[in-house]
Amino acid sequence: MSTPLILLILAIIAIVCYVVGTRHALAIAGGLSSKLHSRPGYYGSFVAICAVLPAAIVLAAWLIASPLYINSTIRGGFPEDVKARSEAEQGLAFGMVNSLARGMDILTLDEIDRVGSNPAELRSALGAKGVALAGDPEPYMVESAGDLNAMNKISNRVMTAVVLIVALIGAGLSYTRISHRFRARNRVERVILGALVVASSIAIITTIGIVMSMLTEAGHFFGRVPAWEFFFGTVWDPRFAAAGASASEGQFGLIPLLLGTLYIGFVAMLVAVPVGLFSAIYMSEYASPKLRSIAKPLLEVLAGIPTIVYGFFALTTVGPFLRDLSSSINGIATGDFANFIQAQSVLTAGFVMGIMLIPYVSSLSDDIITAVPRALRDGSLGLGATKSETIKKVVMPAALPGVVGALLMTASRAIGETMIVVLAAGVAARMQLNPFEPMTTVTVKIVSQLTGDLEFTSPQTLVAFALGITLFVITLCLNIYALFIVRKYREQYE
Amino acid sequence: MNMLSEAAVEKALDKKMNEVAYKMIGKDVSVYYGEKRALFDVNLNVRENTVTALIGPSGCGKSTFLRTLNRMNDTIEGCRVTGKITLDEDDIYDKEIDVVELRARVGMVFQKPNPFPKSIYENIAYGPRIHGLARNKADMDQIVEASLQRAGLWAEVKDRLHEGGTGLSGGQQQRLCIARAVAVSPEVILMDEPCSALDPIATAKVEELIHELRANYTIVIVTHSMQQAARVSQRTAMFHLGQLVEENDTDKMFTNPDDQRTQDYIMGRFG
Repeated sequence: MSTPLILLILAIIAIVCYVVGTRHALAIAGGLSSKLHSRPGYYGSFVAICAVLPAAIVLAAWLIASPLYINSTIRGGFPEDVKARSEAEQGLAFGMVNSLARGMDILTLDEIDRVGSNPAELRSALGAKGVALAGDPEPYMVESAGDLNAMNKISNRVMTAVVLIVALIGAGLSYTRISHRFRARNRVERVILGALVVASSIAIITTIGIVMSMLTEAGHFFGRVPAWEFFFGTVWDPRFAAAGASASEGQFGLIPLLLGTLYIGFVAMLVAVPVGLFSAIYMSEYASPKLRSIAKPLLEVLAGIPTIVYGFFALTTVGPFLRDLSSSINGIATGDFANFIQAQSVLTAGFVMGIMLIPYVSSLSDDIITAVPRALRDGSLGLGATKSETIKKVVMPAALPGVVGALLMTASRAIGETMIVVLAAGVAARMQLNPFEPMTTVTVKIVSQLTGDLEFTSPQTLVAFALGITLFVITLCLNIYALFIVRKYREQYE
Repeated sequence: MNMLSEAAVEKALDKKMNEVAYKMIGKDVSVYYGEKRALFDVNLNVRENTVTALIGPSGCGKSTFLRTLNRMNDTIEGCRVTGKITLDEDDIYDKEIDVVELRARVGMVFQKPNPFPKSIYENIAYGPRIHGLARNKADMDQIVEASLQRAGLWAEVKDRLHEGGTGLSGGQQQRLCIARAVAVSPEVILMDEPCSALDPIATAKVEELIHELRANYTIVIVTHSMQQAARVSQRTAMFHLGQLVEENDTDKMFTNPDDQRTQDYIMGRFG
C-alpha cells in the first residue's frame, strides 16, 4: 500500500474514532454531558489521538529506517570487485540499481521476459518508458535491482500491517478508558501543547541547522584559503577560468565586497532615512485619521513589492536615466557629451534600494513615534509650544532610541538585499569611492559564485559559504543591537 | 420676612463694595465630542488670585471645562466648543488669539506627572526657551532657580539639575511639572487632579505649594477629593452630568450648600 493511502486510512480511522468516542462518552453519561469530567468531544479527540499519533510515529520511523536498512543490505550484496572500488563509484552503481528497480516496476511481465538479461535491450526498453540510465547495466545490477524491489515490497506490506495494528490497538485501549472521571480534556490539551512546542522548535532547529551547514562549508573553504587572506584581502579575483587547475587558487579578498556593500547600503540609507522619517512624522502627527487609514496601507504596499521588481526598475529606468542625465549635464557644462554616471553604479543601486527601504523606515518609526505617551505632548502643548516645536523638542528626542533601533534593522536589510544590487550595482569588485562607478556587494558575489557549474569542492564555490556566514554575522549583530536598543526604550514608558 | 430681605440687600451691597475681580469669565460654555455633548451652557467665573476647585463625579465635565480654559481641547479630534470665555478682556476663542500665546498665559499641570525625558534643568528651561524669556545663560539659570524655588523643589534638586527629570519620585515629578508651568510666568495655572497619582505625603506638599502659589497666580484645580477641595480652595464649583450645579465659597459649599445635589455628593450619597 502506498504511503498516501495509508495516511488516508489513518485519517478515516481518526474521524471514526472521534465519532465513536464521543458517542460512547455520551452514552456512559446517559446523554447528560455535564456528568462527564470533560466535554464529550474531548473523549472523541482522545481516542482519535491515541489511535493515530503512535501509528503515525511508527510510520515515520519506518519510512526513514527501512530504506537505510535495505540500501545497506543491497550494497553489501554487491560483488567483491565492485566493493573494492571508490566510494563515489559505488554510489554511482547504487544509483543505477535504484533506477533499474524503478524501471522494472513499470515494465510489464511480458516485456521483462522479452528483454531477458540483455543489458543493452533493457536500457533501451527503459528509455522508451522514460527511465534514463547512465550506462548499460551490468548483470549483477539487474539482480540487485530485483532484490531491491522484492525487499521493498515486503517492507511495505509489513509496514502497512504494523501501522494499522498499532492504530487499532491505540483506539481500542483508549476506548476502554472512557469513564465519568477520566480527564480527557487535560490529556488532549497536553498533546496540543506538545504540537505547539514542536512547531516552534522547528524554526529554531532549522536556523541552527542552516548556520551549522554554513559553518561546515565555510570551514572547508578556510581549509583551502587562509582566513587571514579572506578577511583582510583587498583583491577579489576568484579565477573562474582557471578553476580546477591546481596552481591557481585565485584571490578571495573580502574587503572590496564589504566596502561595496556598506557603500551601497549607506547611499540607500541616505535616501530612505529622511524620506521615511518625514513621512512617519506626517503620518503619526499631522495626517487626519481618514488620510492615515488610506495612506499608511498604501505606503506599506511598497514593502510588499518583490525586490526583483525594484531591480528591474533600476536596470531599465533609473540606471539609463541617470546615465543620460549625466551626459546631458556634462554636455552643457563642457560640451563633451560623455556620461560620467555609469548605468550600473553605486548611485543607481543605492537610490533604488533607498526607495525600497522607505516603507520599512516609515512604518517602524511611525509605530515608535505613536507610542510616545500623549501626556508628553500635552505637557509640551500646555506650555505653549506649537505642534512642530513639540515634535522637534519632545516627541522625536523621546522616540529617538527606538527610531535608531528601527534604522539599524533597516540597515541590516540593506546589507542583505540581493536582487537590486545584482541588477543595478554591477559585478566589478573594486575598491573606490566614486558613487557613479559600478561596485559590487557580498550578496552579488554569493549569487555569481554559486550559479556556475563548478563542483562544490572548489574554493570558487565554497567561498560563497564564507561570504554567507560573514553576512549572517553582520546582520545578526545589527539586529541584536537594534532589538537591545528598542527594548531598552520600551522600558522607559512601562 | 423683612429681616431676610434686609440681610440680602446688605449682602449685595457688601459684594459691590468689595468688587470681585474676575480673571476668567465663562459664558454659556458648551463642549461637544463629535455627536456627544459633554458640557451644557456652563456659566462660571474664575476669581483673580483665588484657588477655584472643580468637583463632581467622574464624567461630569469638570476636566472638560478646565481644558477649555487654555484650549487644550483643540488637540482632541472632533471636539467643538461654543459659548464665550474671556481672559481679562480677551475672548480666548477669538480667531485673532494665538493659542500658543494663550497657553503661555494659562499654564497647565496634568493628572499624571509628565516630565520630559530630559534633565531637570532642561525640563524647566523648555517653556522659557520656546517663548524667548531668557536673554542669556545667566537669565535662564535665574529663571530655573526661581521656578524651582516657587515649586519648593530647589533644595531637593539643586545638586542634580542635570540629571534626568524622570528619575525623581512621583511627588517631585509633579512639583517639577508645576515648576515647569511656573517658569513661563503664566497668569492662570490649571491643575487637572494634580495629586491623584501621589501618595499622601507628596500630596500634602503639593497642596501646600498651591496655597503659596495663590499669592501670585490664579489657580483652577480639578479634584476628586472633597477634603482637598476644602483644604486648598476658596471657591468651589460642583459639576454634575455636564452641568454646573452650584458655585460658591468653599466654606459655604461644605457646610451649607444651596443645592441638594451638592449636599448629596459631599455627603457621599453618590459619585
